[in-house]
Amino acid sequence: MRKSTLFCAVSLAAVLASPAGAQELSIGISAEPSALDPHFHNLGPNNAMRRHTFESLLLQDEQQRLHPGLATSYEPIDDSTWEFKLREGVKFHDGSPFTAKDIVYTVCRIPTVENSPSSFTVYTKGIADLEIKDPHTLIIKTNGPYPLLPVEVSAWGVLSATANGVTGDIAFDPEGCTGIDSYPKTEDFNSGAALVGTGMFKFKQYSRGDKIVFERNEDYWGDKADWTTVTFRPITSDGPRVAALLAGDVDVIDNPPLQDLDRIKSEGFQVAQGLSNRVIYLHLDHEAEPSPGITGTDKNPFKDIRVRKAVSMAINREAIVERIMNGIAVPAGELLPPGMFGATPGAEVEHYDPEGAKKLLAEAGYPDGFGLTIGSPNDRYINDAQVTQAVAQMLTRIGIQTQVDAVTASTFFARRNAFEFSMYLAGWGSATGEMSSPLRALIATPDKAKGYGGTNRGRYSNPAMDALIDKALATVDDDQREAILQEASQMAMQDYAILPLHFEVTPWAFRKGITYEPRADQYTLALGVKPAN
Amino acid sequence: MLVYLLRRLGQSLFVVAAMAVLVFVGVYAIGNPIDIMISPDAGQAEMEAAIARLGLDKPMWEQFFIFIQNALQGDLGRSFVYSTDALGLILSKLPATLELAFLALLFAVFLGVPLGMIAGLKPNSIAGKTIMAGSIMGFSLPNFWQGMMLILLFAVIFKVLPSGGRGDTVQVFGVGLSFLTLDGLSHMLLPAVNLALFKTSLVIRLARAGTREASLQDYVKFARAKGLAPRRIVLVHILKNILIPVVTVLGLELGNMIAFAVVTETVFAWPGMGKLLIDSIQLLDRPVVVAYLMLTVIMFIIINLAVDMLYCVLDPRVRLSEARA
Repeated sequence: MRKSTLFCAVSLAAVLASPAGAQELSIGISAEPSALDPHFHNLGPNNAMRRHTFESLLLQDEQQRLHPGLATSYEPIDDSTWEFKLREGVKFHDGSPFTAKDIVYTVCRIPTVENSPSSFTVYTKGIADLEIKDPHTLIIKTNGPYPLLPVEVSAWGVLSATANGVTGDIAFDPEGCTGIDSYPKTEDFNSGAALVGTGMFKFKQYSRGDKIVFERNEDYWGDKADWTTVTFRPITSDGPRVAALLAGDVDVIDNPPLQDLDRIKSEGFQVAQGLSNRVIYLHLDHEAEPSPGITGTDKNPFKDIRVRKAVSMAINREAIVERIMNGIAVPAGELLPPGMFGATPGAEVEHYDPEGAKKLLAEAGYPDGFGLTIGSPNDRYINDAQVTQAVAQMLTRIGIQTQVDAVTASTFFARRNAFEFSMYLAGWGSATGEMSSPLRALIATPDKAKGYGGTNRGRYSNPAMDALIDKALATVDDDQREAILQEASQMAMQDYAILPLHFEVTPWAFRKGITYEPRADQYTLALGVKPAN
Repeated sequence: MLVYLLRRLGQSLFVVAAMAVLVFVGVYAIGNPIDIMISPDAGQAEMEAAIARLGLDKPMWEQFFIFIQNALQGDLGRSFVYSTDALGLILSKLPATLELAFLALLFAVFLGVPLGMIAGLKPNSIAGKTIMAGSIMGFSLPNFWQGMMLILLFAVIFKVLPSGGRGDTVQVFGVGLSFLTLDGLSHMLLPAVNLALFKTSLVIRLARAGTREASLQDYVKFARAKGLAPRRIVLVHILKNILIPVVTVLGLELGNMIAFAVVTETVFAWPGMGKLLIDSIQLLDRPVVVAYLMLTVIMFIIINLAVDMLYCVLDPRVRLSEARA
């Protein structure tokens, strides 16, 4: 009797305690941000972490569509002028009100970050001038038509001018702003001193390599967070991260290994997965003659569209997705998944036809094929080296004797950027969520001034394509721009400029009782973790 | 003694200088950090700006010269990835690693030596055979697998210990320490056992071999004939004589545990130096890798010196001034 009373008391206590316990959230993340400074390192883990504390004028939702954030509305006044109406009643974590001055301060600070390994100036270079019309109206001027402005302002978090010691008026100048004495240093953010944003969470503790702790911002302007405390724990190895979830040490983990998903589900945990904006592609050498990874011929066979087409036809994308990716991927017929801005509705995946591929090769003058080495990273994308291995076997089947040169990412990217591969496998995640991102980076002719072709290491060059991209990037009207981007994408696919393989699907695993909506940008955000109803 | 110390110091300086060249050239021969660190969205112009910011546009000899110049003033460079002083970054991780290594060392000594002596005194008993079989397991099972099994057993199945991380820390002189809190200790236990398993097996083997050899020697027979209690023979006469190889090996292994506990720290997400090293290698954070290896070289030199001093205490016949090494 007494025993059962005790048991009752304990279970009652447990029931009473659970709502309080449920407000703490612990997330095991596979990659740690290099700093909490929102403008230090433009890279996935940093950008994801930034969103908890610092917000932008516009926010990207799970599908990377834009929504009002610190700005309630925006509109182009003419081709190179935009007006942003700012949200009223927003307070920073230190209590200071948010105004247009904070935007100016932030844009001024971005180019000044010391030792930034990857600067956020990529997202502010379009801004030619800023004008504070009134405290809640901001005019942004660009050099010529600049349709990417809204998406670019969603990429950087807004600092507080007041919290960083600005008292008087400040004025924007691309060469150096006036009215600002000093900017906070990266260390000030890591210590939490300068970590004053408008976000749903406030800084609590940061211990590099161990944990990042946020607490709920009780004065948040929108819906308050469901969690009083959120702890991020970097657990970089896959096995231990899964173990931490199974042991109940963390509530959510990102990137569980594909082969463990069944096990995780069978232990009573849940998995959510969603199509990401990352395409895995093969790039071909369009320039060198002879090409470094080709044997058996002095020519560069990839300059012949028939050979490029044959290679594409020889690859069984369905089989790669099914066998190597355990079905957790989607075969790609373009560089951006269907439904995103600029993707062609109903874009078809290349039909698998090894016989047709052989015929095309023979027509192109390679009836006996040639020798090829494919470069690939082996620790960067999901099952990357295995996918390359499969592609190599498929190409060997049509007579192209293919070898795989798979190395660690740090070596791979250096060699790729030195044009050491005739064909390589890599991935592209579209940060802006629109087709201009992959087209501009992977296919446009490299051009330093325009910022084109930064990752076009196959050196594809097509003036007609460049002209289309130019046109798209100067068209502010969204519908028109989307039509141009679709046309450009189709042109690239018909020319076999690049061979898309599949879109990665990103999985998350979490305990019962919570939900997570998958994000196309692959970010793991506490903002998106909700208690299940 | 003084002569010996001076000679050792000279040798050490030479080793440090040689390592500086080797490490720098070796690390700078791999890849290009910018390719890894920069956002793929960045164009050629942003890339060049980042290269210039990190000083990677200068020729290698010039970068080396700058490195040496700063190193002589105690500055081992700035982390590319974290933009903080590389040495400070490593030292901030040192307490976590040190407490783990010392706990593992305690396990290795206080489990390994007694078990090894039992196995050495009674090699044919069941206990002796079990200990030896166990030590073979400790040797041959991969560290990574052992760690995963420990997590599976104690964290996932029995749920008695946490699966990883560092737990609560207490600030002592501005340094966070785990072993002073119960939560911290529970976090330390599994990684320390994982780290200690191999070393314990090593110590068991050394202690056993030493014990078997020593117990056959004349002085032990003499002590026995003299009527000394077996306890005293084992704990004083045999123990003291088998400790020299144990101390030598543990000295080197301690260095290894501090500098290269990479596997254990990765498996248990322990925020120590080993994890920092592996992360820095993957991100090509050259200044951190170089500073780390330089620090390691200096640490090994100091540990070896301490080991030599310990010989002198353990075996009065060893006179350091006569050593020619």
